[in-house]
Amino acid sequence: MTVLQVLPMVAVLVGLVLYTVLANADLGTGVWQLTAGSGERAHQVRAHIYRAIGPIWEANHVWLIFVLTVLWTAYPQAFASLASTLVVPLFIAGIGIVLRGTAYALHGATNGPGDHPEVDLVFALSSLITPFALGAAVGAVASGRVPAGPVPGDIITSWLGPTSLLVGVLAVAGGAFLAAVQLAAEAARLGEVEMAERFRLRALLSGVVAGIVAIAGAFVVSVDAPALAHGLLDGAGRSAVVVSAVAGVATLVLVWTRRAHAARFVAAVAVAALVAGWALAQGPTLLPGLTVQQAAAPYNTLLAVTVSIVAGAVIVGPSLALLFGLVLGGRMDRPVDVPETAVPARPPRDRRMLGRGAVGLFVAGAVLVVFASGAVLMTVGLLLVLVAVVAGFVAVGPADLGLDTDDGTGSGTLFT
Amino acid sequence: MSGWLSQVIDQDYLLQARQMQALSFAVHIPLVCFGMALPTLILFLEWRAMRTGQEVYRTLARRWSRILVALFAVGVVTGTVLSFEMGLLWPQFVGTFGSVFGLGFAIEGFSFFVEAIFIGVYVYGWDRLSPRWHFASGIPIVLTGVTGSFMVITVNAWMNNPSGFRLQNGQVVDVDPVRALFANPFLWHEFVHMYIAAFMVTGFLIAGCYAVSMLRGRTTPYHRVALAVPLTAASVAAPAQIVVGDWAARTVGEQQPVKLAALEGLGATTSGAPVHLLGWYVDGEVRYGIEIPRLLSLLAYHDPDSTVRGLLSFPPEDLPPVNVVRIAFQTMVGIGSALALLAVIFLYIRIRAHRLPASRWFYRAVVLAGPAAVVALIAGWVTTEVGRQPWVVYGVMRTNEAVTAASGIPIGYAVLAAIYLGVVVGVGWILHRLAIRPLPADPPPRELVEEGVP
Ligand code: HDD
Ligand code: HEM
Ligand code: HEM
Repeated sequence: MTVLQVLPMVAVLVGLVLYTVLANADLGTGVWQLTAGSGERAHQVRAHIYRAIGPIWEANHVWLIFVLTVLWTAYPQAFASLASTLVVPLFIAGIGIVLRGTAYALHGATNGPGDHPEVDLVFALSSLITPFALGAAVGAVASGRVPAGPVPGDIITSWLGPTSLLVGVLAVAGGAFLAAVQLAAEAARLGEVEMAERFRLRALLSGVVAGIVAIAGAFVVSVDAPALAHGLLDGAGRSAVVVSAVAGVATLVLVWTRRAHAARFVAAVAVAALVAGWALAQGPTLLPGLTVQQAAAPYNTLLAVTVSIVAGAVIVGPSLALLFGLVLGGRMDRPVDVPETAVPARPPRDRRMLGRGAVGLFVAGAVLVVFASGAVLMTVGLLLVLVAVVAGFVAVGPADLGLDTDDGTGSGTLFT
Repeated sequence: MSGWLSQVIDQDYLLQARQMQALSFAVHIPLVCFGMALPTLILFLEWRAMRTGQEVYRTLARRWSRILVALFAVGVVTGTVLSFEMGLLWPQFVGTFGSVFGLGFAIEGFSFFVEAIFIGVYVYGWDRLSPRWHFASGIPIVLTGVTGSFMVITVNAWMNNPSGFRLQNGQVVDVDPVRALFANPFLWHEFVHMYIAAFMVTGFLIAGCYAVSMLRGRTTPYHRVALAVPLTAASVAAPAQIVVGDWAARTVGEQQPVKLAALEGLGATTSGAPVHLLGWYVDGEVRYGIEIPRLLSLLAYHDPDSTVRGLLSFPPEDLPPVNVVRIAFQTMVGIGSALALLAVIFLYIRIRAHRLPASRWFYRAVVLAGPAAVVALIAGWVTTEVGRQPWVVYGVMRTNEAVTAASGIPIGYAVLAAIYLGVVVGVGWILHRLAIRPLPADPPPRELVEEGVP
């Protein structure tokens, strides 16, 4: 097995961890939306939720898209099998994502939470079904219910087995926990002690629930997917599981002692270790009868994917750091005072020449595109047309629309 | 071909799967036009605000950046559904060729990621970053809008004109994804044509909203600028679109002669082939159409007597549904020509007379222009995509070999249709709400944050 055949899978798993940590924390807010109740306090809770997820918002789904695209590029046959068997949960997740994104956008346009309970409800419910469906899909893979190859597995029972239900519930509970930690940290950062306290309690509650689900899960998995259980508890996966458990308990302790900010990072470790454990327990098998190596795309593709992942990381990493830096550093909370700079008035320029030039360039370019043969002349013609478009836009400009002279009443002088 | 996964599939669902795919695109594409074109317009306004110190520009830029966020959010989720659907509906397509074209989507993913990040910085950064930095944070949005759509289109261009691999016993070998995606003559016209279309759709739609205000008598400088800037952008784009469309048609003639014949409804192979306006294709000819002799030969090969291959010379099982393609094409060209005319009138008045047109009819036409541009956009894609049928990978894999074997497509289709109806209504509502916000549009920032509104 060459390194190139495995690297994209590692990237996929990293993407999965990031999706679980970042997006699931976002999705987990749905639980708190739903259980906020009504009245002034509930209103505050909802407002805090919408505010906290603001700047990071739907961008998080990109991790999922990343996972999908790398999978289908680097392991196309495995992806095809997954997509054929897991149509239903994936479709449900997709619908959930659409509903949530639309509800979020709708929320932005309406005037604050509480005004439109039906929007809040769609937002909350879709935030629940998405992680459940995705978790169930993961459970189906982990319990070996997705056959590799031409004949898809059962599209209903494959993702409703015990392991699937377990992972689905764990995803929802874990998301709720992550969300509560995040919201507590955010409230603490903004100095809203009472709100921080509310979410601290919620975090403890959901953390305990998630822990219980995870422990119960060990039994479920050992009955339902003995091979996986073996890998997780005896084999290579054991140390990862231990790390995950320790990190999980540590997160709870941190939340308990009101250090929610640090808790976020430790929670991420718990999730990452769990995913790593799963990978170690199951690898090198991807789907029953299909190893990662067998599923891997040809060399050139793997190389191109790896190069673009690295290049992408080099660009996305700093951008994301900038965003998180601005948000967590509090820059996005307060307006800065921008000193009024007087802008010297310029005499309006006559742009007629530029306009004529644009027309000339356009005609010349169009003639070349339409009549020239040969790639070079074509390209020149096309560039001329594009330059003409920009020049035309500049020539017309909005400068002469009476901004200086108008009294602002727009007193009906427009129509003849 | 017999791919690794191919098998006997219940083909009943093929039509529904295709319609489902088309529906999802038809919702996604108009939305993403805003992601491609609106950042440029907003930055232009912000730049004007910095240059002239006039508040009108800033107010507009701010308001439009909210529209950008709302539409971006919906664009992202509909795009996410599309990437699910690639696998859910066409597993054999992705399974067999994922290693060839998948890279395009992987890079696209990164590109949109960066776009999303900087939209976050830009929109939440009003008043929080210094004007210069705020403006600078908008530049990556413009660039990634270009690269993202470019990468998706590499994939579509590859499907239309596949290369960069060989097939051996249904497996792809000798895969060269970089060549497959980038060394493709189909790519360039599709990209340029789509990019310009995005400006037309965005420009005419936004201008249309303000044209309504103008017709209702609101003609303040604010409204004038708000109408003029997007309308100017759309108007310089519209004539160029015809030139690029002509180029597209010629490339199609070279690479996909069947599609060209279908566009024109040319039955028999003809030298000095005519173009028919309107009409209906039956039994190898266009009935009830208006014939313009020799024009097709002239347009396609620059020679009025050249020979154009007709539909009847291809095996019947390789033909796309001719009338769908032809009507879609004629719709696009008809609308494109009408919009270009409107654009030239506008530009002429703006440059010669330094004012806005003064006729109510002009503004009524602008109101219609937006929806018309969307229709042209979708008609254009129907031309490309239905004209490619019955192939999903042109000449290599048929659509019916690519479709999923899973049952229940009709249910999925119905659910998706219902939900997308909701999305369309929702987007309409969002835009309405943003539009009717009171004019000094910007409540103090703190209050905005309270609302969770960008
Ligand atoms: C505002 C939208 C719009 C307008 C006004 C036009 N087009 Fe278009 N057209 C599109 C939007 C579009 C598109 C963005 O929807 C397509 C689909 C695929 C593509 O690359 O661009 C397209 C495809 C497309 C194709 C098929 C290309 C292929 O299969 O690869 C041809 C031949 C043309 N167009 C030709 C024209 C001509 C001659 C026009 C002159 C008026 C025109 N289009 C106006
Ligand atoms: C001509 C075709 C297409 C164009 C021009 C296009 C363009 C765009 C643009 C500009 C965005 C950014 C969101 C926005 O601005 O609203 C976007 C989002 C997206 N598109 Fe498309 N798209 C096309 C087709 C597709 C196809 C075929 C797929 C997948 C199969 C797809 C998947 C996506 C995804 C996953 C996103 C969300 C990315 C994110 O999370 O930021 N798109 N698209
Ligand atoms: C650039 C990205 C695009 C990609 C990668 C893409 C890919 C596909 C695929 C895989 C199919 C299904 C297989 C088939 O029917 O051949 C399809 C069908 C279709 N697509 Fe696209 N598409 C793209 C853009 C669009 C857009 C923007 C539209 C706009 C409406 C569109 C309209 C359609 C239609 C109408 C069909 C069904 C054709 C038929 O079955 O007759 N496509 N496309």
